[in-house]
Amino acid sequence: MSGELLRAEGIGKHFGGFVALEGITVSFAAGQLTSIIGPNGAGKSTFFNILSGALTPTSGKLHFRGRVLNGLPQHRFVHQGISRSYQITNIFPDLSVHENVRVAAQALTVSYDIWRNRARLTELNARADAALDAVGLLGRRAELAKFLSHGQQRALEIAIALVSEPELLLLDEPTAGMGPEETKDMVALLERLAEKRTVLLVEHKMKMVLGLSKRVVVLHHGRLLADGAPDEIRSNPEVRRVYLGQSEGYG
Amino acid sequence: MTSPSSGEAVAKPPSSGLGRLLDQRVLLSIAVLAVLPWLLPSQALAVNVLIYGVVVMGYNLLFGYTGLLSFGQAAFFGAGAYFTGIAIGRYGVPWFAAVPIAVLLSTGLAAAIGIVSTRTRGIYFSMVTLALAQLVYYVALQASSFTGGENGLRGFTVDRISLFGLPVNFLDPVNKYYVLMAFAALAMWFQSRILNSPFGAVIEAIRENEQRARACGYDVERSKLIVFMLSGAISSLGGCMLALHLSIVPLDILHYQTSGMIVMMVLLGGARSFFGPFVGAAAFLILEDVISVWTPHWQLFVGAIFVLFVLFLPKGIWGTLLDTLGVGKARP
Repeated sequence: MSGELLRAEGIGKHFGGFVALEGITVSFAAGQLTSIIGPNGAGKSTFFNILSGALTPTSGKLHFRGRVLNGLPQHRFVHQGISRSYQITNIFPDLSVHENVRVAAQALTVSYDIWRNRARLTELNARADAALDAVGLLGRRAELAKFLSHGQQRALEIAIALVSEPELLLLDEPTAGMGPEETKDMVALLERLAEKRTVLLVEHKMKMVLGLSKRVVVLHHGRLLADGAPDEIRSNPEVRRVYLGQSEGYG
Repeated sequence: MTSPSSGEAVAKPPSSGLGRLLDQRVLLSIAVLAVLPWLLPSQALAVNVLIYGVVVMGYNLLFGYTGLLSFGQAAFFGAGAYFTGIAIGRYGVPWFAAVPIAVLLSTGLAAAIGIVSTRTRGIYFSMVTLALAQLVYYVALQASSFTGGENGLRGFTVDRISLFGLPVNFLDPVNKYYVLMAFAALAMWFQSRILNSPFGAVIEAIRENEQRARACGYDVERSKLIVFMLSGAISSLGGCMLALHLSIVPLDILHYQTSGMIVMMVLLGGARSFFGPFVGAAAFLILEDVISVWTPHWQLFVGAIFVLFVLFLPKGIWGTLLDTLGVGKARP
């Protein structure tokens, strides 16, 4: 484990009078897979949206590689090395599978060039194909993204996030809505991803989370409830009370 | 499906022979426009197709490719025409210099309107563009010492022009058509270049999924402003062409009805296709021409036909034709 990559310091988020997050202080080391779990409404998505720049925290500071990210517009987060996928499939439906990933790769180098022919930016094409290969979609590259199956769209979503070569990959429930077979493929993919980079995962499926993660962070009612290795989390009485006990049915 | 790993020809899906031919969309479009005066019942109609085709093509960049439904494109069409006329008539600028000056000034107007309007989304964007375009209309109406007000702008006839030292009688409809076609060709080349560029990919990504485009690292607001200006610039060139063609600029050109007509034309022809705007402009103007001969209520019929199109041919004439031929992906 090389040093600290991301540190949240007293992060809070209020929506009017509603407190979604309060005083979250947590730090993530480079090169491991950490899961964030918690019952519905625990603030997981809000926390993720803050980490990816979609929301600005009401209080607290976000440090990434020693730099404070507060105040940075969302589109700059990818340029810092933070990339994300979404809980609800979020792709470019009427573009080809290849173009979905190619346009994401392009964001890091050229945005406003109206002169060159983009088909000649062959390095981007190759990178897009490599990312598609990594998620097993290279064979479908010419199809429109909207014609992919749900599981494939989830994989495409990850390829879009992956192609920017992020140092921190945020994945919001990558197996949402998947059947057991598709979930198995996705877990294998997540394991491969975690070998090379830092991955933060929000997930509902407990068995999967505990098997996959090196570390688990538990949120409850917008606060940090527990933080530790899967075994510690499994035996933590607080966690069992608020989360594990009730979720065994769909875990 | 094979899986090529090099970058060659990967931006486009593998295409048939017809698809490959249609890849040369600029040359093909110019070829069609070159014979247009002989395909249509009158020369005057052909010139109008050319002019409105360019205006609608510029609008297609905004509406078809970026997904921004503006109801104010007439502002730039009109600005191009008025600036051209004022530059020639009031300041004695030669016609070939008046055109680029007018396009630049209109692009500035597009920047001003774009800065305000691209901060809004959906129906609010449509309404803000409509309101600001009407503001331009009232400015043109009130500043009558510059614009001629209600009577339109007059007194800048371009009759004889010199092309590379060669005198050309600009009142001759054939000469006029081909000079204006050169402008249309320039606009098509520019638009095709934008669509093939990296920025062309950005605007399509914004149309498809604005939130995702932002998460990918694109500054969506700035991209929208840029495309708004490019769209305004191309449409304003159509205005310049109209001013050279008519030697007057009617005030109506700035009215919101013109904006509405531009929207109808792009939908009739096919948004998101390269040549669709010219097909849409031709379809609209031919319908107007034919139906207005036997009834003054031609708008009623054009409107009914338009509704049928939206219901049954949402991709427009050209878009549907391309889909039928199986070359829809090339979008020529």
